[in-house]
Amino acid sequence: MALLEVTDLHVAFPRGKHHEVEALRGVSLSLKKGERLGIVGESGAGKSMLAFAILNLIAEPGRVSQGAIRFDGQNLLEMSEHDIRGIRGNRISMIFQDPMVTLNPVLTIGTQMVETLKAHRKISTHEARRLSIEKLKLVAIPSAESRLDAYPHELSGGLRQRVVIAIALLTDPEIIIADEPTTALDVTIQAEIMALILQLCRDRDMALILITHDLGVVAEVTERLMIMYAGLCVEEGPTQRIINAPTHPYSNGLLKALPQNSERGQDLYQIPGSMPPITALPSGCAYHPRCEFATERCHVSAPDLVNGIACFHPLKADAKAPA
Amino acid sequence: MHIIAFLLRRAVQAVIVMFVISLIGFSIQDNLGDPLRELVGQSVSEAERDLMREDMGLNDPFLSQYARFLGHAVQGDLGNSYFFKRPAIAVIMDKFPATFELVLGSVLIFLTVSIPAGIYCAIHRNSWLTRFIMSASILGISVPVFLTAIFMVWIFGVELGWLPAYGRGATYELPWGWDTGFLTLDGLKHLILPCVTLSSIMLPLFIRLIRAEMMEAMGTDYVRFARAKGLSTTRVRYVHAFRNTLLPVVTVGGLMIGTLIAYTILTETVFQWPGMGFLFLEAVNRVDTPLIIAYIIVVGLIFVIVNTMVDFIYTLINPMVKLPGAKA
Repeated sequence: MALLEVTDLHVAFPRGKHHEVEALRGVSLSLKKGERLGIVGESGAGKSMLAFAILNLIAEPGRVSQGAIRFDGQNLLEMSEHDIRGIRGNRISMIFQDPMVTLNPVLTIGTQMVETLKAHRKISTHEARRLSIEKLKLVAIPSAESRLDAYPHELSGGLRQRVVIAIALLTDPEIIIADEPTTALDVTIQAEIMALILQLCRDRDMALILITHDLGVVAEVTERLMIMYAGLCVEEGPTQRIINAPTHPYSNGLLKALPQNSERGQDLYQIPGSMPPITALPSGCAYHPRCEFATERCHVSAPDLVNGIACFHPLKADAKAPA
Repeated sequence: MHIIAFLLRRAVQAVIVMFVISLIGFSIQDNLGDPLRELVGQSVSEAERDLMREDMGLNDPFLSQYARFLGHAVQGDLGNSYFFKRPAIAVIMDKFPATFELVLGSVLIFLTVSIPAGIYCAIHRNSWLTRFIMSASILGISVPVFLTAIFMVWIFGVELGWLPAYGRGATYELPWGWDTGFLTLDGLKHLILPCVTLSSIMLPLFIRLIRAEMMEAMGTDYVRFARAKGLSTTRVRYVHAFRNTLLPVVTVGGLMIGTLIAYTILTETVFQWPGMGFLFLEAVNRVDTPLIIAYIIVVGLIFVIVNTMVDFIYTLINPMVKLPGAKA
């Protein structure tokens, strides 16, 4: 049985007095213990929205309007705020995008670690500090003891992200949701941080939801992949299968847009147009205005996700991105 | 150690600032008319007046007069008040407790009201109480303080007759010669109207400032992360969000204390409050030059001290600012 099962999740934001627009339009996913899932899509596809919705952290005035999020048999959407707090940061942890703004600038690293432990365990400050140092060492932070009394601004971006990861690990969670954990870091640091996350997940049998727009990272780290477009999942399946033989034209477009998939001396490929805002979605399949295979049918009706693909004109396995 | 270095640096800066203030204050003297007109009666002849001018050194060049003034000033002697015939500094210090307690009372009022109100308005953005507070604060900013004062006197002092609107009432003398109104019921009653009036300048601004800063903090990533860590709502709000709103609040608050002192002149005048501001206005009317200069210098000194304290507090609550001279 899946550890985390999201079914038909809708997130809506009010627009005007009586209307709502949907940022997520019915997304499902399932995650087994220790499984690593990648979620990929352009900005605005609803990737982060999905991550925050899982922990019921959608910012006001947004709300989950429909669906179910089952974690270990309980529906998180039906839990009280008090009960879900016992899961947030305890059994499901998050790593945010930009470590420069994730840590509170006026509190020491130690305070921000100890408070997390104290929120979930009956534990003395002394013991909490000892555990914090242990986790800082685990994420390879040099002279971990002295970092506890440091403020975030005294650390580099890479070190700060390691601290954020250490905080996420404090309570030995079963799932880590990493929302573009390397986007804000230097390229040289990105690989280190990603390798660290991968290694930690493997060693501790933690499930990972990795949100990114970097298909290269996804290929290295994850086992399953979900491609999102305009608040929907358009393709889902084993990472290697999708990378090697995408069936949705959008997945294909994303792969073709990778620089290494362009021929030397030629212009880099880009998908024409841009993602529509959720307030102005096109009719039918949301991708059809940008899709080279779109037909009359795509204008009129939207395809359902069947066997991991939501498209009327899926690509054949051999019509993959040019290598 | 670095605290001492910080204070030393500020002390040097303060001396420079005070020097400039004294220069400005002293140069007013020449432009306030003839002090002798206030000092002596009409029967004194012009020849006698000339003699007195020479005697008081009023005919000396500006710089030598200023040097003499400065020489006395560093010894704490700012000259005798023409009207009170006593050292000006002593006259002012007699009135200092009244003004200090007025300012203290207003600061207490606006802190205890603006912080909860600002936080409430940031958290319950759309409640009717928030709308009421926000509208009232616009009104509060727009109404000038002397009008507020007059309305206060009219409504609570005259029409309803609930509170005294005149003077300090009964005071209690503390061992070191400080008259306080905080320790007698009558004194406290007298404090209410002037303090509320004076705080009404800062209050609306502070509520809006705290609300805006708190709302900004509530929307930051670190507050989201704090929630994602599973912390209680109380801890997220008060430890993570509110701590960060304190920085701008302390900065603006420090600047506002200066404004508050300036407004004591108006408030004290309307309520006939026997403080430094009221004394200053009387001194201006009487062209009591030494008293005017002494007031300017004392208020300047208060400014310097308050600002140093604010900077010091700022370094305590903002880990990104280190005291100058401290090791990084």
